[in-house]
Amino acid sequence: MATTIIPFGPQHPVLPEPIHLTLKLEDEIVIEAIPALGYVHRGLEKLADIRDYHQMIYVVERVCGICSMIHAVCYSQGIEELMEIEIPKRAEMLRVIWSELHRMHSHLLWLGLFADAFGFEALFMQFWKIRERIMDINEATTGSRVIVSVNVIGGVRADLSPDQIRWILSEIDGVEKDVSALQDTIMNDYSVKHRTVGIGVLTKEQAYELGAAGPMLRGSGVAQDMRMLGYGGYSEIDFEPIVETAGDCWARSTVRFREVLQSIDLVRQAISKLPEGDLAVKVKGNPPEGEIYTRVEQPRGECVYYIRANGTKHLDRLRIRTPTFANIPPMLTVLPGCELADVPVIVLSIDPCISCTER
Amino acid sequence: MKGKVIDVTLDTLVGEVTNMKNDGQRLVTFSTYQEGENKIGILYHFDKDLEPTHLRLVADMDKPIPSVSGVFFSAMLVENEIRDQWDVKFDGLVLDFNRSLFLDPEVIQVPLVSNVKIDPKK
Amino acid sequence: MFGSFIKKSRAKSPWIIHFDCGSCNGCDIEVLACLTPLYDIERFGIINVGNPKHADVLLVTGTVNHRNKKVLKNIYDQMSEPKAVIAIGACGNTGGVFRECYNVVGGIDKVIPVDVYVPGCPAKPEAIIDGVVVGLGKFAQKVEEAK
Ligand code: SF4
Repeated sequence: MATTIIPFGPQHPVLPEPIHLTLKLEDEIVIEAIPALGYVHRGLEKLADIRDYHQMIYVVERVCGICSMIHAVCYSQGIEELMEIEIPKRAEMLRVIWSELHRMHSHLLWLGLFADAFGFEALFMQFWKIRERIMDINEATTGSRVIVSVNVIGGVRADLSPDQIRWILSEIDGVEKDVSALQDTIMNDYSVKHRTVGIGVLTKEQAYELGAAGPMLRGSGVAQDMRMLGYGGYSEIDFEPIVETAGDCWARSTVRFREVLQSIDLVRQAISKLPEGDLAVKVKGNPPEGEIYTRVEQPRGECVYYIRANGTKHLDRLRIRTPTFANIPPMLTVLPGCELADVPVIVLSIDPCISCTER
Repeated sequence: MKGKVIDVTLDTLVGEVTNMKNDGQRLVTFSTYQEGENKIGILYHFDKDLEPTHLRLVADMDKPIPSVSGVFFSAMLVENEIRDQWDVKFDGLVLDFNRSLFLDPEVIQVPLVSNVKIDPKK
Repeated sequence: MFGSFIKKSRAKSPWIIHFDCGSCNGCDIEVLACLTPLYDIERFGIINVGNPKHADVLLVTGTVNHRNKKVLKNIYDQMSEPKAVIAIGACGNTGGVFRECYNVVGGIDKVIPVDVYVPGCPAKPEAIIDGVVVGLGKFAQKVEEAK
């Protein structure tokens, strides 16, 4: 049969970001997908040559605006390990709180976009409406909605007052109620299931071998979450990764949905365990010569930083491996064999963050 | 750096990576850095049950490096990225973008190597 | 009569298209947030569309790099006259944090003419709405001038 070639992207209504796929089709069935990246490549790893290691925080926050807080946590965690700085316990817990708030808003954002990908606009609006409450918390506590910039090397620069804590607790109660109300729709609705169940199946073995990360890996039944490492404040928090076994789009969206509820619980735990104390320690000098490999869990999965310092205030090398970068090979493996109409849903189900991938 | 670091050479690289795969390790990613004047250091990061292991390869930039994308398909993307950023060639890359994964032909600077430019592509 | 009717409805209900041109997503999600219930720019008659041929106003976030400048130019050329361009965020205005990166060309105005610049990193939804409203003024003027 003759093959048809259909270009998908870079500007496509379901994609908020530019990625291009060349789809080879036979009839309605995709037989091959070839990606073209580079529409968002800026080359910010190289900025380490001209920005000093404190200023780099502002740069790594802008690797990706959605998980900016967690990028900054990963980076400062690496530098702190290199310089052997012990940060105050309160700062560690505050980092957990903001990280989990970021995870919540990122997952809600994705659930909305996912609903939009299969044409359920009302659900999209609902999720984004709930998300605004979390953005309000971010804005009230840090002064900014998206890129919160609260991390510094050695701690954090903003605090939560008792009033704010009470308000946050009551807000996330509201979020929990609103989100739970949508649970039935996203998991059990007939038409939603029709578009997601059995679509884009990634088996457990495939996911592991292809190096998938985050909800993609957990949706296929592998219990792996970097928060199990107990980095920073997570060592004092009870945490169980959320796992689904089906490996299809439905499983991935369910993992993310359940993680929103889990994050609410983690915020509550972190608030209840928030110790008194300082916010940051003073940092003197430059990072010593050496190399560091640190990992954290982002909303989209495991994020790896490799930092190599040479004793000056500029880093020798900063290498960032973001979760979407790891999830593109699995996506390319599940696309062949699916129908053209399912392509947007599958592409979206990896939660693509192209600006992360290309940096 | 956390985790065991194993040194490998150009000859033992693919064998070691295959061993890692048989051991049930997951390929996380590679990291690169410049070693001296014209050598590149590549770290292959692996992970099993949250325990990292790294292979370290130091090689000349102007000689091709054997690709491990035949063992781990996911290495394909990283190797193409290194090709873009360092202008290092890989032998046996399953899907070779030839320096066009991230960069367009008109970028003739090799980004991560200071002061090196390549000939413009035709 | 028909002409004036089109003129009026064009300026009163402009359709926008959003193109992400190498942004970090910060500005992107704020643009999307404008479309959702809390900010809801649809109350100004604005609708987000996916096809540049249908759109009157182009919202661009992020820096221009060597690869996406062609796409940006292409999208701009496909839009029919009159049209307005709004650059959002520090990146879109000048290159912002990334202006010194090796793959970055600079702000949007290096490639296409820009009518309104919205500052901020990321620009707040309020600022974006303000920008769009100012942009609509300019757009209405262009509609007037066009015959
Ligand atoms: S202006 Fe700031 S928030 Fe907006 S795209 Fe650029 S770096 Fe991201």
